[in-house]
Amino acid sequence: MPAVAVDESPLPAAAEDPSVVIAVTALVKRYGSVEAVGGIDLAVRRGEIFGFLGPNGAGKSTTISVLCTLLKPTSGTASVAGVDVSRDPDGVRARIGLVFQDPSLDVQLTARENLLFHAMVYGVPRQQRRDRISAALATVDLSDRAGALVSTFSGGMKRRLEIARGILHAPEVLFLDEPTQGLDPQTRANVWEHLGRIRATTGLTIFMTTHYMEEAEFCDRIAIIDHGTIVAQGTPDELKAQVGGDIVVVSTADDARAAGEIEAKLGVSPVQDGDTLRVEVQDGAQFVPLLVTALSVPVRTVTVRRPSLDDVFLKLTGRAIRDAEAEGRTSMMRAFAARGRR
Amino acid sequence: MTVETVADQAAPPATLSSAPRRVTVPLTQAVSIIWYRDVIRFWRDRVRLVMSLAQPVLYLAIFGVGLSSSLGRAGSIGRGLPSSFSYIQFLYPGVLGMAVLFTAIFSAMSVVWDREFGFLREILVAPISRSAVAIGKALGGATQAAVQGVVMLVFAPFVGVHLTVVSVIEVIPLLFVLAFSLTCLGVAISARIKTMQGFQVVMNFLMMPMFFLSGALFPLSGLPGWMTALTRFDPVAYGIAPVRSAILGGSGVPQAAVDRLTSVTIGSYVVPIMVDVGILLVFSALTLSVAMRSFRHRD
Repeated sequence: MPAVAVDESPLPAAAEDPSVVIAVTALVKRYGSVEAVGGIDLAVRRGEIFGFLGPNGAGKSTTISVLCTLLKPTSGTASVAGVDVSRDPDGVRARIGLVFQDPSLDVQLTARENLLFHAMVYGVPRQQRRDRISAALATVDLSDRAGALVSTFSGGMKRRLEIARGILHAPEVLFLDEPTQGLDPQTRANVWEHLGRIRATTGLTIFMTTHYMEEAEFCDRIAIIDHGTIVAQGTPDELKAQVGGDIVVVSTADDARAAGEIEAKLGVSPVQDGDTLRVEVQDGAQFVPLLVTALSVPVRTVTVRRPSLDDVFLKLTGRAIRDAEAEGRTSMMRAFAARGRR
Repeated sequence: MTVETVADQAAPPATLSSAPRRVTVPLTQAVSIIWYRDVIRFWRDRVRLVMSLAQPVLYLAIFGVGLSSSLGRAGSIGRGLPSSFSYIQFLYPGVLGMAVLFTAIFSAMSVVWDREFGFLREILVAPISRSAVAIGKALGGATQAAVQGVVMLVFAPFVGVHLTVVSVIEVIPLLFVLAFSLTCLGVAISARIKTMQGFQVVMNFLMMPMFFLSGALFPLSGLPGWMTALTRFDPVAYGIAPVRSAILGGSGVPQAAVDRLTSVTIGSYVVPIMVDVGILLVFSALTLSVAMRSFRHRD
């Protein structure tokens, strides 16, 4: 697996840099013999939206759980808002907001009651509670549903309420573990819009995991994790620049033969992706006529497009993220079996 | 559309971005919100409150009436009782205890429920002490169980039990102490159990024997030796004895007969009411500390 360092700037000096709000150095987490996170370094700057990308089972949730002090690291160090996660977990928890992967609202309470509970257990001062709860509800457009039972909410509304709850106690960092998991595309876009708005109005640092590569486009910077190791870190544009100019995807009657011909006649090596072949080239428009003449097998379709983060993942790991998903599920099972039910 | 939505509200956007403080949440505040949440949920689910009266009422109306009829009058339960005294009047305080026992255990199940539905995570990651979680849960459940027991008092006239102001004032705190001790036990168990099924299995193993050995259904005197021994280890027995004593004493049964019928004896020692209460409080303290430890050791 090619480990390409894209962003040369972070670490190990990150821990002392005041603009760095999350600093992770050589973090390892093992469950028995299974290594979920294998020595990662991360630096997240204050006020940015940082995306942590990778297939399921790559180590995203484990990493975020360590940062939120829900799990203890096996080795390495991590600090959030200047507080070490191993030395002062309560200090970290008071400074962060959390939106879990699984729902964690009390659906038999109203939206306002859920927030009141949170305000009380996070020690929001009495005289600020009302204002903060109203402001948080307004931020996620739920003011008109404040008194409604959460059991009447849609999936997207519940997610937004959880986000409102996550920012209620004015944390320095908001952690979201797969915040758009299980939501339809429109609702996902809406959740993103709200997150963007919160960042704009509060300057909050947002750290989130996702396995939707297209969502990473909303992030200022991203890290791609695979098999517990970070394979790339940087802005979406920096990462995409690693892939050549254009992506050409061709579908033929005989992919194996076509692949051989492309390699022999055009000097580029195609990658098999499902039932298509993909090639990275400098100029896609010029490449297509050459490609079509070079092939002796019938060509069904040819597509030229700009590289996406999916292509970055494919290039760095040698497989598409959906294949990694399937394989990740097996390794996740192993990890779960190793640690039992959380 | 970004800033305006927030700015329109009374609170400025800065409300959500002011510098975070070092949070120290007082134990009482954490306990009270955890308790308050349970009470809101209980109050909102009044259907459940009414439905859970069904079981104690069945015991009174069918088991109580049936056995009263076949046992006949006072003589078969104990000496020195007025001729109008029947089994159902003996049973009634026991059924109050039963209502408290079942509700206390059932309400402790909410810990397992919260885990299943994710809300327990919200509680456990908060910067509050785990002891607050155990105490809040125990008080929340105890409140529900005690309310259930108190609601059962309305059935007194139907079974020929005469309640006085004094006996009601005595009974309410006694029911609460019983409710608290049983909820502490329930929370201690549910803090360690991860599935609904597991909780039900454990509880059936525990709850029914505790009910049968508590003296709710029959006096705890003159039993075979092994059973006498078992009943003395049943915390519910120390809750039902003073409740029965207060209720029957208030309804005009001679004190000597009441004592003979209600008291728990250990050897020749007749356990006084305050010692009953003391035993329940010690039991609560023990189970509550187990519950606190269970919450602290999770994760």
